[in-house]
Amino acid sequence: MRVLTPTVLTYLKVLILVAVVPAVVGFVIVLAERRFMGFMQARLGPNRVGPKGTLQGLADLVKLVTKEDLTPGKAEKAVHFLAPVLAVIPALTALAVIPFGPEVRLARRVSTPLYVADVNIGLLFLLAITSIGVYGIILGGWASNNKYSLLGGLRSAAQLVSYEVPMGLALVAVLLMTRSLSLVEIVQRQERIHLWFVFPGLLAFFIYFVAGVAETNRNPFDLPEAESELVSGFNTEYSGVKFAFFFLGEYTGMIIISCVAVTVFFGGWLAPFPHVRALSFLQLIPPFLWFFIKAGLFIFAYIWFRSTFPRYRFDQLMALGWKWLLPLALANIVVVALAVLATPGSTRGLVWLGWIFGSLFAIMWLLAKLRQKLTRRDRLAAVPQSAHESRIA
Amino acid sequence: MTDEKQLTEAEKQEAAYFARRATEAGIPHPAVEEPAAAGETARTLFDVQEMELNFGPQHPSTHGVLRLVLKVDGEKIVEAKPDIGYLHRGTEKLFETETYPMGIPHTDRMDYVAAATNNHAFCLTIEKLLGVEIPRRAQLIRVILDELQRLSSHLVWLGTSGIDLGAVTPFWYAFREREQILDFFEEYCGARLTLNCMRIGGLPFDLTPGWVERLSEFIDDLPSRIDDYEQLLTDNRIWKKRTVGIGVISAEECIEYGLTGPIIRGSGVEWDLRRAQPYECYRELDFAIPTRQNGDTYDRYIVRVQEMRQSARIIRQALDRLQPGDIRGKVPRVIKPHAEEVYASIESPKGELGFYCVSNGTNRPYRMHCRPPSFINLQALPRLAKGHLISDLVALIGTIDIVLGEVDR
Repeated sequence: MRVLTPTVLTYLKVLILVAVVPAVVGFVIVLAERRFMGFMQARLGPNRVGPKGTLQGLADLVKLVTKEDLTPGKAEKAVHFLAPVLAVIPALTALAVIPFGPEVRLARRVSTPLYVADVNIGLLFLLAITSIGVYGIILGGWASNNKYSLLGGLRSAAQLVSYEVPMGLALVAVLLMTRSLSLVEIVQRQERIHLWFVFPGLLAFFIYFVAGVAETNRNPFDLPEAESELVSGFNTEYSGVKFAFFFLGEYTGMIIISCVAVTVFFGGWLAPFPHVRALSFLQLIPPFLWFFIKAGLFIFAYIWFRSTFPRYRFDQLMALGWKWLLPLALANIVVVALAVLATPGSTRGLVWLGWIFGSLFAIMWLLAKLRQKLTRRDRLAAVPQSAHESRIA
Repeated sequence: MTDEKQLTEAEKQEAAYFARRATEAGIPHPAVEEPAAAGETARTLFDVQEMELNFGPQHPSTHGVLRLVLKVDGEKIVEAKPDIGYLHRGTEKLFETETYPMGIPHTDRMDYVAAATNNHAFCLTIEKLLGVEIPRRAQLIRVILDELQRLSSHLVWLGTSGIDLGAVTPFWYAFREREQILDFFEEYCGARLTLNCMRIGGLPFDLTPGWVERLSEFIDDLPSRIDDYEQLLTDNRIWKKRTVGIGVISAEECIEYGLTGPIIRGSGVEWDLRRAQPYECYRELDFAIPTRQNGDTYDRYIVRVQEMRQSARIIRQALDRLQPGDIRGKVPRVIKPHAEEVYASIESPKGELGFYCVSNGTNRPYRMHCRPPSFINLQALPRLAKGHLISDLVALIGTIDIVLGEVDR
């Protein structure tokens, strides 16, 4: 009798996901965030608990679990309890459709793909289920019966709903190239056409990632929390395990955004440059490791943003979403559709599009660098050097 | 029975008196508010209500114990009323109860991120009263301490106002340099914050060996550190979006409010007491007074950052001029000035810091009044905040750079 039937394997995978993801959040991402930020900010970061601070996650966990779980007296008790649950469950559910790797052999005659389910509407499912998480934040902010929490909840309601739109539209552009919503199929197609979608979808990727950072309430879009303005925003009145749930929800959200970016734009588990012989040693790294390396780079980008950017103001954030990202995303769909239609049956159109986008972005980057240099020079020239030339226009 | 009735009668009179005073001053008062007006606001299209929000005294970005009573329409500020006094310690009264030299440590606790300039202003006032001549070496060291204090105060401002707008990293850079400055203070006088580093007629101590060399090394390195902060903020699009055009105040309004320091210089007025009424040896030092024209938060930021560069230049020059010599002038053992009233002021990091002293010929001041720049600059906050969003309020509290110890005294 075989023990490892596909059903059992699926349950096992779910168990591993639910057990591993919080551990990864607590032990790897949070520690990495604090250590990297420490490095960027000329300080140490946590280095006391365990060797080089590696057990800091455990200490945090013990602290959060043993902390008193307070519910404010005038809070809406049931909703106050439900909100953190709503924040974390959809985020964990969304992980089910993310393909971490292709089929792997576990034993003789037992093999399984490294994902829980290959749903044929995977991308749609992902967008749908992650947007439920918004309710957690809105309801948490409202149920706390605290003015600052309410403002945080209101902000997130507007912000998260607005940024879903450009995010969805950015992914639509990719759908035009893949013709499939299944995340596994998206990766396999990138393998077949020997082209990662990030090249023809450079603009789509840019829009997706900006919207993704906003969706997860991270800098420079961390307005629902905005410590210096709203104390702690929607989670002001949460402590202990409930707070830990919000925390887990936020970080799982980051993982999902990174994983989807990798899957849709960066070839998922595929190794880069499969046809360059000099780089064939890259194939030695197993596919799922490639996935984690790529996703890790995105998490690092998140951390990098956090220690670099100031925070947007609420109205500026909305303006950026509706006046810039949305029109850009719509225009991008038209451009990608034209490229797909221009060369039916082949991917030449997409390759051209990749070159065009690539050169456009390179030119823009060079111009921005030049401008930065010039303004810097002007600024330094404007520093008054002596009493006689003190007034600056 | 009659007792109680009389009491209520008195209370009624009192309430009527306060209501009359309130209407005269134009302050909304519950007793004089027309009931119809309250009903009207609630019956608009979406039934909009103004929310009253207590911003502080325990709020991460009110920089101490400032409480602002906000009336907000969504996130838009309709009205902001500062409520101060949480840190009131009766410093001015304390001066009256103690001898002149005993007053110096009290000044440390006013603007506690810039103790040296407080000491300086206090000592300068008493010296003016006594007519004491300060030795040149003491003057130069005072200038060095003042400018170091200006640097450290501006660094605290830079770091905290960066955090207020969500930029965390400049805070750590700024505090790294501030720690070094505090190390210099500690080596000089043993304290890091409440320095008590000046005496009437000069200084308590001479510089320790090697202090000058280490300080000049630090000062020569400082401009490149300031470049680091500017790299993170000055040309940053988000930083500009959050600060350009926020809290604009014209030069005329600045003068009407009595605002001083970087605020008035950010509005285009070249007003700096180091130049306008030079004290110690500022007259012979070459430095510029940075000004900007727009009077918004961004310009005040630029002005302060450039002031830091100028402070480094001043310290450099003062260090070069340092010669061995006395550090205290000829001051009587018991300070008993003749009956007179004097006012002396200096350019503190936050603006004009002055003391007004009334002496009656004894060894204690009859009255000591302080002109605290933070208190007077804070007045402009309701005017600046009106119509902006809550997020901007945070930027505005940062940009007027208040220290509550000095506001409340």
